[in-house]
Amino acid sequence: MTKDDKGSTATVETSEARDKGDSPLREFGANLVSTPREFRDSVVRHGKPTSDRAKSQVVMSNFFLHILPVRIHMHSLKAATTLGLGVATFVLFIILCFTGVLLMVYYKPAVDQAYGSMLDIMNVVPTGRLIRNVHRWSAHAMVACVFLHMARAFYTSAYKKPRQFNWVVGMGLFVLTLALSFTGYLLPWDQLAYWAVTIGANIAQSPREVTDALGVTGVFDVGGVQKELLLGAHMVGQEALIRFYVLHVVVLPVITAILIGVHFWRIRKDGGMVRPAAADAPPVAPVLSAEPAPLKTYGLMGLMKGRTPAVNLELRNTVTAWPNALYVIGAATMVTVLSMLLLGFWFDAPLKEMANPAVPENPAKAPWYFLGLQELVSYSAFMGGVGIPAIVVLGIALVPFLDREKEDAGVWFSGKRGKIVTLYSVLFGTVTVVGMLCFTVKFGWLRDWEATAHVPQIVITAFNPGTVFVALFALWSIVVVKVTRSTRMGAIALFTCFLVGFVILTYFATVHRGPNWDFYWSQSDWPVH
Amino acid sequence: MSETKAPLESSERFKPVATRRDFLGLAAAWSAVAAFVMAMLGAMRLPMPSVFPESNSRAKLGRPAAFAKNSTTYFPKQRLWLFRGEDGFHALSSVCPHLGCIVERKEGGQFSCPCHGSKFDVEGNLTGGPAPKGLVSVELTVSPEGQLVADTLQEVPRGTVLNA
Repeated sequence: MTKDDKGSTATVETSEARDKGDSPLREFGANLVSTPREFRDSVVRHGKPTSDRAKSQVVMSNFFLHILPVRIHMHSLKAATTLGLGVATFVLFIILCFTGVLLMVYYKPAVDQAYGSMLDIMNVVPTGRLIRNVHRWSAHAMVACVFLHMARAFYTSAYKKPRQFNWVVGMGLFVLTLALSFTGYLLPWDQLAYWAVTIGANIAQSPREVTDALGVTGVFDVGGVQKELLLGAHMVGQEALIRFYVLHVVVLPVITAILIGVHFWRIRKDGGMVRPAAADAPPVAPVLSAEPAPLKTYGLMGLMKGRTPAVNLELRNTVTAWPNALYVIGAATMVTVLSMLLLGFWFDAPLKEMANPAVPENPAKAPWYFLGLQELVSYSAFMGGVGIPAIVVLGIALVPFLDREKEDAGVWFSGKRGKIVTLYSVLFGTVTVVGMLCFTVKFGWLRDWEATAHVPQIVITAFNPGTVFVALFALWSIVVVKVTRSTRMGAIALFTCFLVGFVILTYFATVHRGPNWDFYWSQSDWPVH
Repeated sequence: MSETKAPLESSERFKPVATRRDFLGLAAAWSAVAAFVMAMLGAMRLPMPSVFPESNSRAKLGRPAAFAKNSTTYFPKQRLWLFRGEDGFHALSSVCPHLGCIVERKEGGQFSCPCHGSKFDVEGNLTGGPAPKGLVSVELTVSPEGQLVADTLQEVPRGTVLNA
């Protein structure tokens, strides 16, 4: 399209040579000399990206860049819009794939060799320790980034029409990220891995509490089927290890990669990043740079969503993606990679003693993002481990379909009123959860009281402190909807309460639960045994 | 002329919800969906094991005479306690019915779970904590050569005692 001058003169020379009737050998020589340039021109079909037109071509004609729009709104590139969390999550996924494949070179998914290969990776394999550390810390960071990215999308109303489906895809990616972490947790085959996964597999079996109470386990045993599918056995053993390995290295990463593709695709199809109406108002930058007219004319056509025809409106306050978006993405990538490398360099990923099916780790704590659930299963397994997570995930996934208000999209917390609701919800969530935890630590729960010690199991199963929180949170958000007459405010109230509940339960189970899942003020108070 | 008249008549009389072509098209599409779903379900049958690696859940514990009266013996591999009382043998699984941890036996003979604090009395009955039921009483039999055999996957009613 826009060959530079030297390229065109070279072509002229060779054709002149042929006209003169020179030997084909000279033509061959000339071709040989110009091959590197010809090769470059075959890969990159445009000249240097100095004009807006060439910058567009860079993005359009490059496979890896074509997920980006040619021009991108300046609001989307501001740090405060996204905090770079989506990019960071994606970069962490790439780091995890890269380090994961490297670890696969040495790791052996067999119960008698897995732990040994972990020791090899940590102590013998060149750079093995760093690669494993980076893999582990990136996994933790990815879970954290997914949480934060979801919160960002929520508080800036990025889930609203036309982005409802992408919010649901995001929830799918959230669950997949947790599943990837959980399956990876077993592979080191140390004590923590063994007992955390034993507990996890038994949570998968816990619907049996309900089917047992209804007396239908004989014909309809969901819990049993889930556990058998997961473990391929009655206990965590070789069958479980190979299943978790296959899920962790093939099944879940492939599904995740596909869903990430869908997620990115939908961002483009749904009109890019959400932005407030104010961001479109006055043009703050020159729209197009002056450039010589191209030899061939191009029409730049954009499809716009909206009711009125607006000429060139799509270009207002936009800049070319090359290089502006790439600077932003590059910055987020470098910060992410650097932090993971530093973490991996300074801190070793934990590896306990080899798995011993005879003696449970005490306390057997799951990774931090499951500790909130572990606190809830310590009251009743089904509600805490299956029922409440399912209700919360479903509730959050349905938010865009229940809250369809269009006002203030793209504004953090939807403005001042939303900030106030968020603040009150943090207060309400904190008081509820902390109060409930203080209550159960001080007075115990159903089985510890004379009057309720012998209630049927189904009551114990259903009446978990978590059930109480979730009911109170739902009630609170209904009250907020009534008072503010806004479903968006209700959604903010519910989401904030869930977030606060998650944070407090995670903190509580991390710091204040010790051996036998008893309450301790700090780990230094744990009994020595 | 007759061609235009026929569909009018039929539409008045039968009011078809779909034309024949629509019906055949939809039937073909849904058959393909059903075939795909069934094929996937069939493929999912593979990871459902028909034989479990622990299918040999029966283990010989030793000759009855080897255990003194009123003694308690723990078998870590089988994850069970063998009790010999005044009137015979019974066995309790040490796997917590809550989430599968191994319960500890206290000095008084009660059991407690290190993972989430479920508590059981000396007979294995649930006394506190989140577990949905008590410890499993494991089936005991005597093999032809006179050894005690425990089957950890077979539950017997509480109080079942083997006289041997």
